[in-house]
Amino acid sequence: MSAVVLRGFGWRHAGRKGWAVRGVDLRVEAGERVLLLGASGAGKSTLLAALAGLLPEDSGEQEGTVEIDGLDPRKARERVGVVFQDPETQLVMARCGDDVAFGLENRGVPAEEIWPRVDEALRRVGFPYHRDRPTAALSGGEQQRLALAGALAPRPGLLLLDEPTANLDPAGAALIRRAVADALDVDTTLILVEHRVAEALPLVDRVVVLEAGGGVRADGPPDSVFAAHGDALAAAGVWVPGRTVPPRPATAPPGDWLLTADRLGLPPRLAAVDLEVRAGEALAVLGPNGAGKSTLALLLGGLLRPGAGTATATAALAGRDARTPPHRWRAPLLARRIGSVFQDPEHQFVTGSVYDELALGPRRTGQPEAAVRATVDGLLDRLRLTRLAGANPYTLSGGEARRLSVATALATAPRLLICDEPTFGQDRRTWGELVDLFAELRDAGHGVVAVTHDPDFVAALADRTLTLERP
Amino acid sequence: MISVAPVARPGAPLARRNPVAKLAAALVFSFVLIATLDPVAPAIAIAIELAVLPLFGIRYRILARRAWPLLASAGGILVTLVLFAADRSGRVLVEAGPVVVTEGVLVTALGLVLRTLAVALPGILVFATTDATDLADALIQNAKAPARFAIGALAAFRLVPLLEQEWRMISMARRARGVDAGRNPVAKLRLFVSTAFALLVGAIRRGTRLAVAMDARGFDAGLPRTVARRQRFTTADGLLVAGAAALAGAALAVSVALGTFRPLIG
Amino acid sequence: MNHTTNRWRTIDIVIASVIAVAFGVIFWAWGLVWSATDAAFAFFPPAQTLIYGVWLVPAVLGGLVIRKPGASLYCELVAAIVSALLGSQWGGTVIVQGLMQGVGAELAFAALRYRSYRLPAALLAGALTGLTAAIFDFVYWNKTYELVSYRIPYALLTIVSATVIAGAGGWFLTRALANTGVLDRFPAGRERAAV
Repeated sequence: MSAVVLRGFGWRHAGRKGWAVRGVDLRVEAGERVLLLGASGAGKSTLLAALAGLLPEDSGEQEGTVEIDGLDPRKARERVGVVFQDPETQLVMARCGDDVAFGLENRGVPAEEIWPRVDEALRRVGFPYHRDRPTAALSGGEQQRLALAGALAPRPGLLLLDEPTANLDPAGAALIRRAVADALDVDTTLILVEHRVAEALPLVDRVVVLEAGGGVRADGPPDSVFAAHGDALAAAGVWVPGRTVPPRPATAPPGDWLLTADRLGLPPRLAAVDLEVRAGEALAVLGPNGAGKSTLALLLGGLLRPGAGTATATAALAGRDARTPPHRWRAPLLARRIGSVFQDPEHQFVTGSVYDELALGPRRTGQPEAAVRATVDGLLDRLRLTRLAGANPYTLSGGEARRLSVATALATAPRLLICDEPTFGQDRRTWGELVDLFAELRDAGHGVVAVTHDPDFVAALADRTLTLERP
Repeated sequence: MISVAPVARPGAPLARRNPVAKLAAALVFSFVLIATLDPVAPAIAIAIELAVLPLFGIRYRILARRAWPLLASAGGILVTLVLFAADRSGRVLVEAGPVVVTEGVLVTALGLVLRTLAVALPGILVFATTDATDLADALIQNAKAPARFAIGALAAFRLVPLLEQEWRMISMARRARGVDAGRNPVAKLRLFVSTAFALLVGAIRRGTRLAVAMDARGFDAGLPRTVARRQRFTTADGLLVAGAAALAGAALAVSVALGTFRPLIG
Repeated sequence: MNHTTNRWRTIDIVIASVIAVAFGVIFWAWGLVWSATDAAFAFFPPAQTLIYGVWLVPAVLGGLVIRKPGASLYCELVAAIVSALLGSQWGGTVIVQGLMQGVGAELAFAALRYRSYRLPAALLAGALTGLTAAIFDFVYWNKTYELVSYRIPYALLTIVSATVIAGAGGWFLTRALANTGVLDRFPAGRERAAV
């Protein structure tokens, strides 16, 4: 219903030297469905924020103009609905119905109209529960469907979706895409940002590619855009459909046993599991949300005390300490044997600079400073972080933070590496680097265990898979 | 685990009352009691509080679980008073070096311990029976609290379980990095500060995203807000507040009549 | 950034609330980590004055980050309500106490007309929030103790602890947070060099 016009639009956040987005000329007619693409850092999210009226004048500097139906977006907010990437931080209220009602209350919808409209919005997105259900009891996919209902309830003319499925497992992501397809009125304009292009294509009829340095690189129907720019887009980190990644199978048979789990579990989060982890082998742990995959990673990583069964290290991994279970080892010893990479890289940051972050582990395990420096420089170079050595870890982009968190686990040279969703939300470029890195580690005789929802990652890397069921 | 949900049976007659009324009743009841330092008035107040407990739908066991740290601090009050009491009148019971325990000291200690309990219990009752959303709604609708602030605080409160989970993850991630403190208290303190800092960074990042999402849904758009959930302040709610004031006043009156009343000021 | 107004933006309200909520969780975790020491403190309350300042950090931090009238008061008050909702054994008492504690830091920033947020301002805010906290305790908790040997030293220690932990600590914390980039939408975060 709403039309969008940008003329020479640019935005620079306060405190930044560079422009987040610049020189964008674009016209989107009412009812069009647009997929917005571009490399990481090309300014897609900033552009969506501008359209949603979420860039306050005092938070940066603007160039050119942006209009929705001829209005400044900051004054046209009631025409726009937005769904963001992170389900946890876009739900406001504790109960589902209250959350959908929140947007209607803000717009001054009369109280007696609110509940019928809440129920209608919940029905349109196929929400399976009563409106009294606590939002905390929902899975990620259900939370995103609720967020979609909240965005649709005020009947926006323009719907903006900023990677709404990036944090979801494949089943949850499919549910969201279906909900969008079913719930959208024919005349609602849609602008979607999404890395995973193949899955998003059925929702759109036009693709716009932002150039990282500024401006629009390509604009048109999906087929012609990918025919002309597919290679360049893939190189820039976009998941272009039809381009598969060559698998990286192990180059040698697996070596020593490193760790065995015998009826290992933590009721009610994880049912008993038997498994062996070997050097020179990549094991992928699969299963639906709620099956306890992350719990298993923490148990294997020696970070949680098992509720049932045992995790036992072999002498090849732990020498004489193999008699004590990993969760009772002192931390510096643990870090030298088993490295853990968490789903959220920021959980692992301890210091104020990338260099110190990498040096922390080696220092803790008692290496002399010269050896520490050599280790750190090697890792900085290998993971393309040298330029950022002095940066605060919390200021890194998603891909940089992921590479740093893997590098910190490698800094103490553990034989076994355990990763929880290492490719979560990564663009194709970082994704490819991670696959190469894990393949090299495995081929150098490390054991790699990856908990993952990512079928491409499994296809490219895994030598063996283990699928968990819900307990 | 941190519990963010009310622990009472929601249908209990006083638990159902308007949250603002419950809060006002608790504050009135507590404040009347603050006025005195004697043991009699708070003892009567505690008896009243325990008697109305079933009306709030709280089991005695749950109350005990919430209030037991108060009993621990009662021991602290006694020790501190023995060492530092201003009033050492009455018969001397124990004398060992600097430690002089008199009847006056014990009466004062008893008064303080009872008062601490009597003043804290009403608040525990109210918050144990009140849902955060209902409290925010009632503060806005019945106590004229600014809606933007009450809802902003409510949205942030929803992050409590997430942050609790986050604390555990950050702690485990530090162990995975080779950082632990063992028994060294200085290392333990440093680890605590570093974990708390990481938690705060993550919390502010989430809060920033939450604020953006709220703005995207028209919060603070300058339009007059409507309310989907009505909170009513009824006669019964007024009676609850008046009843609390009357009961606390009665406890004080008994104390005055018995001649035990000791005003806080004066 | 001189055209900032005193009106609170959504992000001001939410981040002030989040600071209060996060400290609610941090105080809870403190109990987990230090349960043994805490019992010792409970047995001898005067020792608690040494760490008293920890409870006052939200007041100073809120003022330094948000830089709007009412920020200190709001943060400390919400922190108190949150701890009551989470089941504080002190019940409604914490709300009144939180209000008192917030007033001190608020007065300090108000006295500087909400224009200075440097280290001296933070120390003053810490000292005053310690002072108001001490006044509350002086009257409410410590009335029956000896004046010279207990009530006055207790009050002075509270002020010192608040100045060091809440004042200086709050200032360092604000700077460390600014370095992580999470305060980029606040004046406190924009004072670091453009990146």
